[in-house]
Amino acid sequence: MNWYFRSLGARRIVEFVLLVVFVIFFLGPLLNLLILAVSGKWQYPAALPQSWSLEWWQFVLSQDDVLESISLSFLIATVVTVCSIIVCIPAAYAFARIAFPLSRWFLFSFLLTHAFPKMGLYVSIAVLFYKFGLMNTFLGIVLIHMVNTLMFMTWIPSSAFRSVHRAQEESARDAGAGPLRVFWKITLPMAFPGIMVASIFTFLSSLDEAQGTLLVGIPDFKTMPIIMYSIIADYPNTTGAVFSVILTLPTVILLVAARRFVSADVLAGGFQVK
Amino acid sequence: MVQAQRKMQTQVGTAEQGDTEAQLSIRNLSKIFKTGDGVTDISLDVQPGEMVTLLGPSGCGKTTVLRSIGGFLEPDSGDILIRGRSVLNLPPEKRPTAMVFQSYNLWPHMTVQDNLAFGLKIRKRKKVEIERSVTEALELVQLSGAARKYPGELSGGQQQRVALARALLLQPDVLLLDEPFSALDAKLRMEMREELREIQTKTGMTMVFVTHDQEEALSISDRIVVMHAGKIEQLSTPQDIYDRPGSLFVASFIGRINLMRSISDGQHIAVGSKVVQQDGSTSIPAGACTLAVRPEDLYLTGEPDSLEGTIRQVMVLGHYAEVSIHCEQEHLKMFVPREQAAELHSGQAVKVGFHKFTAFSEVSS
Ligand SMILES: Nc1ncnc2c1ncn2[C@@H]1O[C@H](COP(=O)(O)OP(=O)(O)OP(=O)(O)O)[C@@H](O)[C@H]1O
Ligand SMILES: [Mg+2]
Repeated sequence: MNWYFRSLGARRIVEFVLLVVFVIFFLGPLLNLLILAVSGKWQYPAALPQSWSLEWWQFVLSQDDVLESISLSFLIATVVTVCSIIVCIPAAYAFARIAFPLSRWFLFSFLLTHAFPKMGLYVSIAVLFYKFGLMNTFLGIVLIHMVNTLMFMTWIPSSAFRSVHRAQEESARDAGAGPLRVFWKITLPMAFPGIMVASIFTFLSSLDEAQGTLLVGIPDFKTMPIIMYSIIADYPNTTGAVFSVILTLPTVILLVAARRFVSADVLAGGFQVK
Repeated sequence: MVQAQRKMQTQVGTAEQGDTEAQLSIRNLSKIFKTGDGVTDISLDVQPGEMVTLLGPSGCGKTTVLRSIGGFLEPDSGDILIRGRSVLNLPPEKRPTAMVFQSYNLWPHMTVQDNLAFGLKIRKRKKVEIERSVTEALELVQLSGAARKYPGELSGGQQQRVALARALLLQPDVLLLDEPFSALDAKLRMEMREELREIQTKTGMTMVFVTHDQEEALSISDRIVVMHAGKIEQLSTPQDIYDRPGSLFVASFIGRINLMRSISDGQHIAVGSKVVQQDGSTSIPAGACTLAVRPEDLYLTGEPDSLEGTIRQVMVLGHYAEVSIHCEQEHLKMFVPREQAAELHSGQAVKVGFHKFTAFSEVSS
């Protein structure tokens, strides 16, 4: 046995241990959650539940407001994603191609929305919303979600646009395509992976948003995360587990679907200030 | 036959500058960037079927001229005519030009086939016709098997050939090439050069080629425009530019050359102990001047009127040898056949002579 480890070398062993720790740290809680969600009775010292059951799934899914919240959340996330694309893609293109003064500061200012404590920012926005009658409206929620998504949706596509070389656009002009056709046929398709990644981020972050929604959307707009808070408070642990599985599912599905677009390059490129 | 014809046209073109028949005519083009760099007063006529090369050191404005022709830069003044019509007000997509850029020509999300068909589809050609032209173009650049591949799956040289094929497919009145081979290794570059020349003979297309490689320019051009600091320094055939450089800059930029400080008295030029007679064509006023002699025009000799020196180094480079000679305060390089080089060694005292030379007055250049 010893010779085996020695042949591996110390570095390999350290790497292996780190990997194991990493897996336990990240996948452990998830696994625990999955088991909890399908357990009937599970008392402390046992490694596995004493009995399995889907009764809490039934309970959660039979709640009307739960189902409603799921469809509401998906509706909001879809609208937020579409609106962010419409607003941010042209901005991203402008940042990438047109060198106007202070463009770097504009990009940087998007970071600021993430630098302040969220709640403080939301409260000050809420004051404004109150004046304009946006409290407790669908539009209000969409806007408050977009405060968060503006950053990904501008930075990542902007770097994607920047990676399209001028010569590639120019040779399309040369071949006879007007500026609009060049954008549709050359620039946009080449930047598509970056835009896709940003859109997925946007969708997921909107699905997950609770603070702003809570503040702006009460009392009528209950999204998944908000329902979850109340359910966790009122019912046993297992409901919380069931709910988190439901909440995590879209994330996992989207990320798997997007795997072909998500390359480290695109992500790293998205966060450069140029 | 075609070659001969083109040569004829070239000569006619050279003879009648400003001829309205010119395929491409650049008149007093100027473009100065905010930084103060740019090109000034560029005038050039390119005849149908001619290959003209813009040659000059990095930053001399070659790309600026080419991009102005292609429509990617708006000149400050001057005019650009293609087949007699000004194209200055046309955007790139409306100009009868096609450009091969130095790099990043192809669209990585399209197959080679789609890359090539892009321009033809915009021109609303029939599908069958597009198919056929694309196949022909790929055959022309010897890439018949690559139609279904993506640009990322091709080597650098293959990509540049696809770019060339795409430009050829547009059947431009003038094909513009901006250092299209500079990213390739020496051997491939040579092959591509030959291929381009062959394609040009086959299609009779008018081409403006940009390079900073003088060897490349000498080997493929009908005429060369030597540029320096945004201006045309000399415009002539490769032979002429090599044999009769118009300025000290051209002499030292094109090929290798020995420059010797010398003194002119109006009729004779003295370099060290050797005195040469000026020929009638260029007369150098009395005063300091520079004598330029190609290494291959120097020879070892026993003549009395010659330069005395000692050999510093003999380097055998294949079928010839390069000999460095320290000669009356100058370092000279000369080429000798390999057999002769065997008898030479460093430290040896020799006499060097030459007949062919170009003289440049220090006052004028
Ligand atoms: N967009 C620009 N803005 C400002 N200056 C520029 C611009 N493009 C080129 N220049 C300047 O104009 C000069 C000529 O540039 P150009 O690109 O034509 O050179 P070049 O001869 O093609 O050189 P190279 O062989 O390196 O490609 C350079 O000094 C360059 O710095
Ligand atoms: Mg250039």
